[in-house]
Amino acid sequence: MPIGEQAGAKVWQRRTTKHQLGIWFGWLLGVALFLFCWKQISDVTTWAFFWDVPRIAGDIGGRMIPPRWSYIDKLWVPLWDTLNIATLGTAIAIVMAVPVAFLAARNTTPSATLIRPIALLIIVSSRSINSLIWALLLVSIIGPGILAGTIAIGLRSIGFVAKLLYEAIEEIDKTQVEAISATGASRWQVMAYGIMPQIAPAFAGIAVFRWDINIRESTVLGLVGAGGIGLQLSSSLNILAWPQVTLILIAILVAVVVSEWVSAKVRHAII
Amino acid sequence: MSDTGFDASERARQWRPPPLIASPRLRWFLGLGAALYFALAIGSLEVNWLRIYEGLDRGWAFVIAFTNPDFTTRWTDIREGLIESLVMTVTSTAIGIAISVPIAFGAARNIAPLPVYLFCRAIIAVSRSLQEIIIAIFFVAIFGFGPLAGVITLSFATIGFLAKLLAEDIEDIDKGQAEAVRASGARWLQLMNYGVQPQVMPRLIGLSLYRLDINFRESAVVGLVGAGGIGATLNTAFDRYEFDTAAAILISIIVIVMIAEYSSGLIRARVQ
Repeated sequence: MPIGEQAGAKVWQRRTTKHQLGIWFGWLLGVALFLFCWKQISDVTTWAFFWDVPRIAGDIGGRMIPPRWSYIDKLWVPLWDTLNIATLGTAIAIVMAVPVAFLAARNTTPSATLIRPIALLIIVSSRSINSLIWALLLVSIIGPGILAGTIAIGLRSIGFVAKLLYEAIEEIDKTQVEAISATGASRWQVMAYGIMPQIAPAFAGIAVFRWDINIRESTVLGLVGAGGIGLQLSSSLNILAWPQVTLILIAILVAVVVSEWVSAKVRHAII
Repeated sequence: MSDTGFDASERARQWRPPPLIASPRLRWFLGLGAALYFALAIGSLEVNWLRIYEGLDRGWAFVIAFTNPDFTTRWTDIREGLIESLVMTVTSTAIGIAISVPIAFGAARNIAPLPVYLFCRAIIAVSRSLQEIIIAIFFVAIFGFGPLAGVITLSFATIGFLAKLLAEDIEDIDKGQAEAVRASGARWLQLMNYGVQPQVMPRLIGLSLYRLDINFRESAVVGLVGAGGIGATLNTAFDRYEFDTAAAILISIIVIVMIAEYSSGLIRARVQ
């Protein structure tokens, strides 16, 4: 325990002087980096607009209230589309993520030097690109619409599902797998009876969890033209129909809360 | 024993894995319901095969572009976009952490009184329930185009993530240590500094690094609605069908995310 001296008396200290200096220096570097970055942002900001903010915010807020409730008639179909984008996208992702996960898990991959890095690369690429960017790409390839959104959600979710699933596969109990293979089971039978039952609960949990996230993400895909309720949001924003925007935001919030509730219920029932 | 009898007993002994759902009625009901839903959902897709056929060339061009990305033609734009994204990431993460820590302390039921707890939880709920991109649209409308709107968006989104997870960690701390500090006559601030903070520090560092990573990825998205960063460059590249430039930007994002993930893994392993 470091002990310092203050006016001749020994005083307890939490850290040694050297350690304390190191921490202080770390903070100095961090603050300097932050200030440097803030300067960059500040340089390209028109601060005259900043001082206007309370007035503008009050103005927009005033226009948003009350929501235009009658507009809800036009939202049922987009909401149904949003649900389909999320569900079908999740289904696509699951179908494609399972083989990737088995190829990426250390204990099931056929080749740790060749195939595992490829599987990991697929996972990282899928995870590091947001679904909106996938949607942007797919809209420019296959045209605007629900299909582009569905595939975007699917591609984005592969990485997430595969990553969590391969971690679950790596954590399985080895003895069960050994017991099955000791009975003379083939490679596929070992997978079906030794590995699948062990990861099934985790798998179902991951799928429902991702579905919940996908509902959230598919509500905004329409902003880039990939279908769902985001299309209505985008067109309402473009014509500055703020009361409609409020109603759409309420609809999105309700959809998100309901999907979160459903996913929590299902996960609770499974695990 | 005759041959037929042997067969029958063999068949009776054949093992089958138990079904996932025990009740057959519920199993059939769920199966049919799922099939019906998927039929309806796929029916509502409205696939325009002609458009897809036309798009295949472009899709192929994009795949080719990935093998031959063009960093040079728009290098100035890409560099400026990436630097702006990184700057936004650092700034917004720092501001987000600075705001989330007090809110996290307020949202931990074991140290905050009920009114403070409810207030802080409400802030977290608002921040979590809205998508970054929707928040960005509003902040762009209010603050004008540029990275400042992006920074404020990402800081706001950081609060919901960091404060919630940190508050949960504070609620899980070892009470004995905090009590020992309090028994030595510590004031409230000393109790937080010596009893609570050391216990949650590794988690705070881990979460901050993770959020740094997320904020970088999100900074690529908020640019789509004009809130600064690499997103605007990417959007332009797609709009002009410059797939080789778009591929270069995407590869840069992936590489930076990989570096961030790898180094944050190293730091987390040292701290925890």
